[in-house]
This record gives sequence, structure tokens and C-alpha cells, in this order.
Amino acid sequence: MISGTIVVASEICKGCELCIASCPQQSLGLSSSINHKGYRFAQLVQDNCTGCTNCALVCPDSAITVYREKKTAKRAPQMVIASHAA
Amino acid sequence: MSNIIHDENPKLMKGNEALAEASLRAGLQAYFGYPITPQSEILEYLEEKAPQHPDTVVLQAESEVASINMVYGAAGAGARVMTTSSSPGISLMQEGISYIAAAELPCVIANVQRGGPGLGTIQPAQGDYFQAVKGGGHGDYHMIVLAPSSVQEMADFVFDGFRLAEEYRMPSMILADGALGQMMEKIYLPKAGSLPKQDEPWATVGKPAARERNYITSLHIEPDKMEMINLHLQDKYRKLKKEVRCELTNVENADIILVAFGLTARICNKVMELARAKGLNVGVLRPITLYPFPTEIIAQYADPMRMFLTVEMNAGQMVEDVRLAVNGRCPVYFKGRMGGMVPTPEEILLEVEAMAEKQRITNQSAGYL
Amino acid sequence: MNSTVNEQMEVVYHKPQTLTDTPMHYCPGCGHGVVHRVLMEVIDEMGIAERTVGVAPVGCSVFAYHYMNVDMQEAAHGRASAVATGVRRVLPDKFVFSYQGDGDLAAIGTGETIHTINRGENILMVFVNNGIYGMTGGQMAPTSLCGMVTSTSPYGRDAAQVGHPLKITEMIAQLPGAYFVARHSVHTPSAVRKLKKAFKASFEAQKEKKGTCFIEVVSNCPSGWKMTPNESNAWMEQHMFPHFPPGDIKVPASMK
Repeated sequence: MISGTIVVASEICKGCELCIASCPQQSLGLSSSINHKGYRFAQLVQDNCTGCTNCALVCPDSAITVYREKKTAKRAPQMVIASHAA
Repeated sequence: MSNIIHDENPKLMKGNEALAEASLRAGLQAYFGYPITPQSEILEYLEEKAPQHPDTVVLQAESEVASINMVYGAAGAGARVMTTSSSPGISLMQEGISYIAAAELPCVIANVQRGGPGLGTIQPAQGDYFQAVKGGGHGDYHMIVLAPSSVQEMADFVFDGFRLAEEYRMPSMILADGALGQMMEKIYLPKAGSLPKQDEPWATVGKPAARERNYITSLHIEPDKMEMINLHLQDKYRKLKKEVRCELTNVENADIILVAFGLTARICNKVMELARAKGLNVGVLRPITLYPFPTEIIAQYADPMRMFLTVEMNAGQMVEDVRLAVNGRCPVYFKGRMGGMVPTPEEILLEVEAMAEKQRITNQSAGYL
Repeated sequence: MNSTVNEQMEVVYHKPQTLTDTPMHYCPGCGHGVVHRVLMEVIDEMGIAERTVGVAPVGCSVFAYHYMNVDMQEAAHGRASAVATGVRRVLPDKFVFSYQGDGDLAAIGTGETIHTINRGENILMVFVNNGIYGMTGGQMAPTSLCGMVTSTSPYGRDAAQVGHPLKITEMIAQLPGAYFVARHSVHTPSAVRKLKKAFKASFEAQKEKKGTCFIEVVSNCPSGWKMTPNESNAWMEQHMFPHFPPGDIKVPASMK
């Protein structure tokens, strides 16, 4: 399976959950913390994202950037855990 | 001040046609209008001339409401644009005019007035003075208001209207009436291409990558911002005062000054003639710009030895501004006809004679004291 | 959990450049944001941002010009298509769109809507229909469904009193000036993709001066409908779609 990931602009996200419902992998959930606007924001809760872009397509706030493994590149041997939230 | 270059040879033209032809010569880029008597000749004339002016958009809209909003769009896109109508149609445009004033868009709007209120009559009237000079739509705003009293001025004020509208970024209104629109006179048309157009960096014409986007709006939801916009508009209206124009005839030593605009001023010129033939010292003060109003000029002549008679084709509208200018320093009388009735010189003369008699008695009794 | 972006990865979806960074004022889950984004995406991809002028309405999308990084004008309520006519007539080689809601386009602006399309103005009219006046607090709209409870139809819309929900899109499709008329939605990824194609086709048609392109987007109003965003989308499918079915309504042969 193609590997992908997303970066959620957590300060822009309003926690509407439309992305969560649109994700075929059930990769998304809401954060337990809140952003400055007071919303829980969307984030990956499983590392099975395929980079399909469904979440970004339905996101009303354009808060999601989607990345996918380059077609020529080999699968990354390991995932480094770090936050890229804006 | 007006500095219009005219043709050497005169033409005989109807007021509405002169206004239409002048607009083409002023480099009109777009006209949007809707038929209404007594000004439909403007749209008709422009439609007829349209093939010779392929760069001028002439469009009959579905209503005056649509017309004025098309004007908003075209003016916002930087075009020299005009609409014309008559009283009921101008009422329909008031919302749009308020938006145009707030968004600071230049345009010319001509109101060839007819008798009201309501559907009224198609005969000439001046009942839209308040609407024109005090705002008309919602909020604190003004238009430049020019009041022609001849076919020549119907043409010239299109040039003045555009020049002022573009310089101050606000709508100009030509406040005429049905008689001026319909009458034919000899005129010298302004020369085509003699009205330069300045750059409009604020216009929405498509945003080059290097500049910030332009947006035309009248919406400023934060009250402090909205007040700033209002203060800016008021400042502009103060600066506009230097554009005040007024025609003074025999007023320096006059005992009675007739104040009238537009068609009524022409009638008052006749009254002055008749009165002077009877030995009465009468002058005429004709405000040409109704906004800005010649308050200071009127105030100069307001001394206790004089009387003013304001003559209008309405129930007494400009007279309120005359009284504010005079500020109680001398009597201000009013003579008006309404509903499309045009006052005759003779009936105004009767008023003048009655005033002169009052003045004579007052002066006599003052002499005894 | 946050998987990282590494050098083996590439961006496959990001916010269009022509959408500003200003956070949108829309309620969480509101379809307006998606419609804005898709419109700007098309403008980006066609490379026409420098030649586009938009017209915003009065309604929830009154601030559209804060988000769309193109020259824009804010019109009076209902008059966006008249304003767009004024713009397009004096800028015949630019791209012009109006963006309007149901109250704006199908109630107060019905006259302007019909006549703009009847003239076949070369503009794209984007019509976002969520069956309610959102900005003013959830009043009945011309497209509110029969029985729909709003703040001004507290017992449900009674067609005998206030008429039926107006199918203005089907109405205007009858006009010769309407070149391409379609109804879309933005509640699923595939719906968003379809809308994008429709916008693109509309701008292509505008380039060729074919007439008015009119795209209705049936959308949600979670706040006005008093539902969560996901509930509102389900409700929309169940109740709005039977009356306002998505799909092409008038497609010229050249587009088929």
C-alpha cells in the first residue's frame, strides 16, 4: 500500500470532523488538546495514511496538506515521529 | 472651475440629446439605463449612436436597480460610466448610490426630474432636491449635485460631472428637469476627447502578481473602521467646498434677491427684468452646485436691508438651505409650484411686489423711529 | 500520532495559492470554504488569477474577497450579477464570476439573476444553496424545504402560505442565454472533484464567450440547521437532494 501523510494546520482547523468521516482508512481523529480558537483539531491517529487526499478535498478551511511517497522512491524504512503541525 | 473646450459652430439640440452627445464626447465607456419619461431620449440617442462608438458599452437594463448596480460594477472596474433616469427611477437607485458613495466610485447620474410624489406626472419639477443634496439613500453621504439651467449646461455638466466625480472619487448628479430635457436650444458642444482620464490604481481589472488585490466594498464590520471611513468621507466633502459654483446677477445692490436653481432660475431672470422695469431693485442668485451649496456666498448678501425670495418647483426644499445660510439676518420668503406646474414670471412678480411693499413700509417706519 | 514528512514524499495536495491565508469566518463544517477553495484551485490551475474579477454577495459569503486573492467587488444584496455585468461589459476579455447564496440570488436578486442569464452575460455564476439565511441567523430562504423549521418558519415552511422551495436553477436553464447549468455539492471527495470539473468547464466556456455558466452547489448549514457538520451532510443527502438533485441540467453538445 502506498504510504502517505498529512499535515494539519492545527490553528486553522475548526474540528468539524468532515475529514474524519471522509477518510477510507479511518486514520484521522480529533486531538485531545485544543487550539487557540478553542477547537479540538484533526490529526492522524493511525499511521496507515495512503495520501489519498479525500480529507483535504472536503476540508472547508483548507487546513490539510497531503504528502505521498514518491512513485520512484522506496518505502521509507521507518517513520520518525514529530509534529509538523503549523 | 469648469474649463471646457467647445466646438466653434453651434448646434440646435434637445437637452436630453445634448447630454447624451456630451457623454460620448466625454469619453463615456459605459452607459446603463432604463426607459422613463421625460428622459428616454438619452438611452435612445446612445443606442442609435452605438455603432459609431464600438468602445462604449450601451445597455438597456431590466430596471433602474440593475442599472445603478451595473454602474457600480463598471465604475469599480475603472470605466467612465453614466446612468440617467427620472424621479421614480432615481428613487429605485438610492440603495446603489449609497453603495457607490461608500465605495468611493466615480460616476455620473442624471435625474431629469418629473412631478411627484409617487408615479406623479411626467411634467417638470424640482421635488428631488432633498433626495439629491441630502443623500437620498441610507447613511451619511453626499453626491456632487450640478443643476443645469440651459441645454448648454446639460452638455457641459456631463464634463464637469465626470471631472469632479473622478477627482473626488464620488458620484456626481446632474439634477435637471423635464423641461430642460425636452427643450431645444442652440448649444456649443464640448469637444470630443478633451476630458483626460486619470489612472485608477484602485480599480478591479485583474490583479497583477506584483500588487495586492483590489477590492471594492462598503462593508467594514468593525465600528472603529467604519467611523474612519465616515470621517474620511466627511473630510472629502469639506474639501469639495472649493468647487462651489453660483451665478450672481445684479445682486450687489439688490433690495430683493431671488434664489433659484435650474429652470426656475431662468424664470427668475425674467422676473428680475420685469421688476427692474417697474423700478424694483431685484437680483438673482443661482446656485449651480447644489452640493456643495453656496452657503457662504448667500451669507455674504444676508443683511437686514435685504430680502430673499426662494423660488422652486416644489413645496420648499432649497429654501431650507437658504434660511440656514441667511441664519435669521433677513427675511427669506418662498414661492413654489408643485406637481409639474411651472410658475409664471407674473405670479412670481406679484410676490416680489408684495415683498417690496413690505420692505417700503418697514423702511419708512424705521425712518420715523 | 503524526507520521512525518520525509524526503521520499511529495506534496500531492495543498491549499491553492489564490486562496489567502486569512482564516475563514465560516462556521465549522460549512460548505462555503470548500466552494471557495475549489474555485480558487481552478483559477490557479488555469493561470487566470491576474485576469479574473470576482463579485461577492450579501450573505454568509459577504467577506469572500478576504479569502480570494483576486480583484473583487462587494455587491449590494441580490445585485451581484448586475455588478458582474457591469464589470464584464467593460472588461470583455477578463474572467468574471459572481458568488451568491440562495437569499441573494433566488429571492431579492431574482430579477437580476434572470435577466443577467437571459442576456447570456459571459460570467460564471456560483450559487450556493443551503436552504437558509445563515448570516442573519437562520431565517427561511426561497429554497427552504417544505416543512423545514427556521427562525421565521418556526412551525415549518407552509407552502400554502409562502410558496414552494424555488428551483431557480431549473428555471434559468430554460433561458437561451444559459450555456452550461449544473447542480453539484461538496460533501464528498468525489462531489468536490465533479464541482472542480464544472468550474473549469465554465471558465473555458467564458473564454469562448459562450454565455452564462451557472453552477449551483447544494450545501449545508450546520449552524442554521442546528446539526453537526456530518449530520448536516447526511440530512442534505436525505432531504435536499430529492428536491434539488445534483447533476447536469443543461450541457451544450460541445461539453458532452
